[in-house]
Amino acid sequence: MATTHVEMKEGELPSGRKKVVNNLSIQIATVNGSGSQTANTVLLRAIFQMGIPVSGKNLFPSNIAGLPTWFTIRASKDGYIARRKDNEYLVAMNPETAEEDVLALKPGAACIYDERLNLRRLRDDVVFYAVPFDRLVAPVCPDVRLRKLVRNMIYDGVLARLLGIDMEQLRIALRKQFRKKTKAVDLNFNAAQTGYDYATKTFEKRDPYSLEPLDETRGKIIIDGNSACALGALFAGVTVVTWYPITPSSTVCETLIEYMKQYRMDKETGKATFAIVQAEDELAAIGMVMGAGWAGARAMTATSGPGISLMAEFTGFGYYAEIPSVIFDIQRVGPSTGLPTRTAQGDVIKNALLSHGDTKHILLIPCSPEECFSLSIEAFDLAQELQTPVFVMSDLDLGMNNWMSDPFPYPEKPIARGKVLNAEEVRRLGGFARYKDVDGDGVGYRTLPGTPGPLAGYFTRGSGHNENANYSERPGDYVDNMDRLARKFETARMKAPKPLMMDKGRHEVAIIAYGTSHWAVMESLDQLKKEQEIEACYCRLRAYPFSREVFDFIHKHKRVYVVDQNRDAQMANLLRLELEADDVKKLRSIRHYDGLPVDARSITDGIVSQEAEN
Amino acid sequence: MATSTVPPASPAKVNRIGLQVLDYRGSKSTLCAGCGHNAISERIIEACYEMGVEPHRVAKLSGIGCSSKSPAYFLRSAYGLNAVHGRMPSIATGAMLANRHLIALGVSGDGDTASIGIGQFVHLMRRNMPLIYIIEDNGVYGLTKGQFSATADIGSKLKTGVVNDLPPIDTCALAILLGATYVARSFSGDKKQLSALLKGALAHRGTCMLDVISPCVTFNDHEGSTKSYSYVKDHDEPLADVNFVPYFEDIAVDYDPGTTTNITMHDGSHILLRKLEESYNPTNRTEALRLLTESRERGEIITGLFYVNPTQENFLDLLNVTDEPLATLPESKVRPPKEVLDEIMQDLM
Repeated sequence: MATTHVEMKEGELPSGRKKVVNNLSIQIATVNGSGSQTANTVLLRAIFQMGIPVSGKNLFPSNIAGLPTWFTIRASKDGYIARRKDNEYLVAMNPETAEEDVLALKPGAACIYDERLNLRRLRDDVVFYAVPFDRLVAPVCPDVRLRKLVRNMIYDGVLARLLGIDMEQLRIALRKQFRKKTKAVDLNFNAAQTGYDYATKTFEKRDPYSLEPLDETRGKIIIDGNSACALGALFAGVTVVTWYPITPSSTVCETLIEYMKQYRMDKETGKATFAIVQAEDELAAIGMVMGAGWAGARAMTATSGPGISLMAEFTGFGYYAEIPSVIFDIQRVGPSTGLPTRTAQGDVIKNALLSHGDTKHILLIPCSPEECFSLSIEAFDLAQELQTPVFVMSDLDLGMNNWMSDPFPYPEKPIARGKVLNAEEVRRLGGFARYKDVDGDGVGYRTLPGTPGPLAGYFTRGSGHNENANYSERPGDYVDNMDRLARKFETARMKAPKPLMMDKGRHEVAIIAYGTSHWAVMESLDQLKKEQEIEACYCRLRAYPFSREVFDFIHKHKRVYVVDQNRDAQMANLLRLELEADDVKKLRSIRHYDGLPVDARSITDGIVSQEAEN
Repeated sequence: MATSTVPPASPAKVNRIGLQVLDYRGSKSTLCAGCGHNAISERIIEACYEMGVEPHRVAKLSGIGCSSKSPAYFLRSAYGLNAVHGRMPSIATGAMLANRHLIALGVSGDGDTASIGIGQFVHLMRRNMPLIYIIEDNGVYGLTKGQFSATADIGSKLKTGVVNDLPPIDTCALAILLGATYVARSFSGDKKQLSALLKGALAHRGTCMLDVISPCVTFNDHEGSTKSYSYVKDHDEPLADVNFVPYFEDIAVDYDPGTTTNITMHDGSHILLRKLEESYNPTNRTEALRLLTESRERGEIITGLFYVNPTQENFLDLLNVTDEPLATLPESKVRPPKEVLDEIMQDLM
């Protein structure tokens, strides 16, 4: 690896402060619409290319341009990638928030800021580096219209100098970003170089933080969860996609469109082996999915909380009429419009029981891009095998942020299409009863519309029906049907992805978490052990309905902390519905619901304070 | 005396694919005796039988309401889906995306279409998806016992004496304006016209919108109603005499090109429109809209084929969807090989 790594002299540090290597969070405060995304992504990628485990979180407003945005990059030699509460470095570019951002820094932190903001006066326990961004950008970017965008690259260069980021890695990252647009690469790199040179000439390194190359990211990829879901759908063999734009889910379908156009055109005919329709609203998007799923397609939609609310009626129809369908819910903060660009796990109970009557749905809950990929494929298989809607429960943090990941493994299992009878089978059987539990697993056999034969057709309805799919209001028919659907849910309990367990042997304290909370829990487990000598066991849920192993896990432990990124402890309460009374008492709750991804310290503090009450 | 012989039973009459009318029937109707919807079901059975439609290719789709129950009463061996209120268009769209070989036959009502379902209706009309959309239009909610829908005429009176004070939505004018390519209005009591219009719809590859006035004998067939049998009979002004000649029959009908318009449909069938009064060109969208506006102002219920465009590109072709049904494409066509995943992963490193 070519390196221009900068060695800092120990003597340059303020006395008594040790060098801190590969363990820092950088917060970049900008105005949205100012083009900082490129600079931030390039910075993240450069650190990743240096082999240092890294994560990036974009905290952005629900707005096109002009409101505050914060991007946090965490580099961690220990591989922690959850959000951290505090930062070692601040890049203050936004006049609106600069004072507040500086005042929030912990003592000893460093701040790069736009010279005009004159932030130095605010603190004397923070190391300041003032940069004249406007003066520096003018010579490297003669085109005035581009200056606003390019000027952000200057802080990449300044950070590169101050932290020891290899400039060559910045260049490689820029090439990745702009592909063949060499002019854009050069323009942006020159701006970064200007920042680097300015820092070399002007600054004395006075903070202890630095980055040094490691070998912890070799063979890994960087991807956001929404792209990973899109890839999952692509390799799941999705055929019909209908959607309505909503943050933070839109990029699932937008990315999917790009992949489908590239990889799913029939080579012989030049025609599409898929159909993607942007519907007029979520009511129509889910209706099209239902129509397509009924007709045999592997059909999906992607949405977020408000869209899910609109899809409630049709999802209940899908449950009762038994229609395979996949719904990606990239959760954001509610209630109502809520905080559209902030993250939460707020749709757990709603989706599990979505729609009126006794309705229950399968939820698959990825924690990483890799699981976004694998569980998306699983979702299409389960939907067709169990003939029911299946939710993939991602969230904004997972969906819209860039994550390090191992490359995705190619699916091993062939596509599962479930119990579908063809014309010959129907003829041989002398007909079939659509909703009859032939195999004892609650799942009936179906035919696909278009299957020839006088006995192959049947009538699907959301109103009461008997096992022959005929309209029925008879009490016995209704009960039989509902009991069969309950049996089918038990089949789902066995087929859904199992939880992953970490058993530490001492069965006192345990944590249950799901989705993106996983990363903060992993760090919290280390904190609990190191700081409190608490060896907690851990169970990560990956699906609803819960498998038996989850109940056994709770039964085995004395105190079980359930981590929820919502106010009402939704997963804890969903568990309570199914637990024995003695086990219900063991559940305790760690709740995090401020719109930011949960951090390890919040979980650790929450557990420690409740443990103290014992 | 010679041995008496029983004359051989005359073989049951079959259509061109060897099916009897019986094969196109459904279960017994549970709608009121005399309901216009039952007559429409009869015309659907007749049209499908005479056209030789393969029942298994038909997807019968509906929303909620009296009208939406009726797909159970025709084409027993077809595939049916009775969805949620006002959402038949999205179900039909999804089914056609999944399998373009299907014949989507949607049945809706005036409430299901013009009230709760108007959003999906207008967007469906924009797409020109190949399907038939029938509104069984009686201006009133039956299952909830007689409230006005959005196609009820202003001034029309309910049995309870309540007078409708809002103007109706003209679903035909909307459909024409938005892009549907086969738009007609008919009357459940006009067997000949409705049958010909249904056959024409079966021959079309685009969105067919048929608003069929279908009186509700229980809640809207009284003095003061503008959707009663007697009112519609008195005010029905057929635009033309509609004749349909399927592609598998020769055009043996003599017609005068001066008074009759011959429209060649997508499958080679012909619709012959013998004008009854003034000259009318059913391929002109502007003229169709003018006709509907003027006849409404005159208080007439004009019926017939208002607009047809047999060559407009349909939604599936616009999407460039492959000829085989997407629903049954083999894994080799829908799951890219491992090399593709490797290539994508490499790019993300």
